Amino acid sequence: MLELKNIRKKLGGQEVLRGVNLKVAAGEKVVVIGRSGCGKSVMLRHVMGLLQPDGGEVFFEGKKLTGLGEEAWNPYRRKIGMLFQGAALFDSLSVFENLAFPLREEGEKDEKVLRDKVAESLKIVSLAGTEQKMPAELSGGMKKRVALARAVIRRPDLMLYDEPTTGLDPVVGDSINRLILHLGKMFGMASIVVTHDMVSARMVGDRIAYLHDGKIYFEGSPEQIDRCEDPLVRDFVRGHASGMDVIG
Amino acid sequence: MEAVGVPRTRWMQSMQAAVGKFGGLLVRSCETSGGVFLLLADTIRSLFRYRIRWDQLLEQMYFIGIRSQVVVLTTGAFTGAVFAAQVWFQFKRFGMESAIGPTVSIAMCRELGPVLACLLLAGRVGAAMAAELSSMKITEQVDALRALGVYPTEYLIVPRFLALVISAPVLTALALVTGIGVGYFVAVQIFGVDGAYYWDNTIKYTDRKDVMIALIKSTIFAIIIAAISCYKGMNCPPGTAGVGKTTTEAVVNASLALLISNFFLTVLLNALLYSN
Repeated sequence: MLELKNIRKKLGGQEVLRGVNLKVAAGEKVVVIGRSGCGKSVMLRHVMGLLQPDGGEVFFEGKKLTGLGEEAWNPYRRKIGMLFQGAALFDSLSVFENLAFPLREEGEKDEKVLRDKVAESLKIVSLAGTEQKMPAELSGGMKKRVALARAVIRRPDLMLYDEPTTGLDPVVGDSINRLILHLGKMFGMASIVVTHDMVSARMVGDRIAYLHDGKIYFEGSPEQIDRCEDPLVRDFVRGHASGMDVIG
Repeated sequence: MEAVGVPRTRWMQSMQAAVGKFGGLLVRSCETSGGVFLLLADTIRSLFRYRIRWDQLLEQMYFIGIRSQVVVLTTGAFTGAVFAAQVWFQFKRFGMESAIGPTVSIAMCRELGPVLACLLLAGRVGAAMAAELSSMKITEQVDALRALGVYPTEYLIVPRFLALVISAPVLTALALVTGIGVGYFVAVQIFGVDGAYYWDNTIKYTDRKDVMIALIKSTIFAIIIAAISCYKGMNCPPGTAGVGKTTTEAVVNASLALLISNFFLTVLLNALLYSN
């Protein structure tokens, strides 16, 4: 369904991605882990066309997307949903208007259809009845769930999650993980989850890819990554600081 | 030899640093100007390519047109009042009180009205546009729009641009009417100038071309304010400090661009409208 071929990207003079290769099959859940600042989110932004690579290619459903202009990406973006790290809800719009936004953009004008679809999506993320609230009135976890409901309201084929559990307490984080699994099962959508939370990675991933030094350093099932004896992977998976990372 | 060489090296180093700084400033200015022109071209293209979002346009027109009335009218009124008083102080020495009306009226139309009203708009509306867009940029709302398949220029910039270009000439016209009206009040009611003479001369010597100059200038100033403020907002550096810096830069750059372009517009419009 999705293929990243040798993606390279320089940001601010620093080469963040040095040839990332990744394939995602239909319905598959791939988790990309890696240390903070290693380029996980940058990689995800290439999938959505929010960044253009300096080198390499992005293929989606067999179509090469690299080199397309900003507006030519839009038909493909409608097949891909994205949950941003900070939720990125439109703060001048209510929860209802945020969720109805993608549907209105597709040309849906029937208010009853909009109300029904929004109510259904909010029910899936367990936030029924919050339609009239403004984003500023929601907690961090609620914002992420509303953003998730907005991202999946058009039933995309591929969902991208940028640090879905970062900044949330473990219980809310667990509810988001369950929601990711539930949505994947319910709508059969493929997903790429970028995280450094190993609990989340083990829970939602069919396959885990470890991004290091701008490349996919290791790829395997959650069991394989847990058994991996490579010091870099092992230290990350076990949350163990060594060498230059040890302070004091 | 060394004693001569050392100061020369230092002098050369400081010269190199100064040239480097100047070069950097020049490159950044060219980059910003290029970016503003590209955004303007993209906005005009999007204006014709996409349907107009009337709800957004009306919302922006309310914010820009209606909510700016108090500041623009106050500016117009007191500019007219002060100018009428200053002109009276000077003209009464030569017994030219009857010329106060047209002087105030022409000055308000050609320069004071459009320039001051649009400077106020640069401060109020330009700052709000830059701050709002940069906040949306740093909280990933602009990326969220793109991810939902919406072109940000069409959704965010076109309504703001259009609302300002429509509202600025109307607000300027209001400022002119208020300024000329208050100027009349000050000259006639406070300084005792003959009202009939004042009004007759004002109408006699104020040409429709003077009003046209005001409206043309304010339209071009609105384009400058919208393009610079939106460009700054959409290119905000990350972090909350970036929002403050962007907002300040938007107001300062738009105001300077407005004042500089005013000189060239004055020369150009006079050449075009008064060539015969």
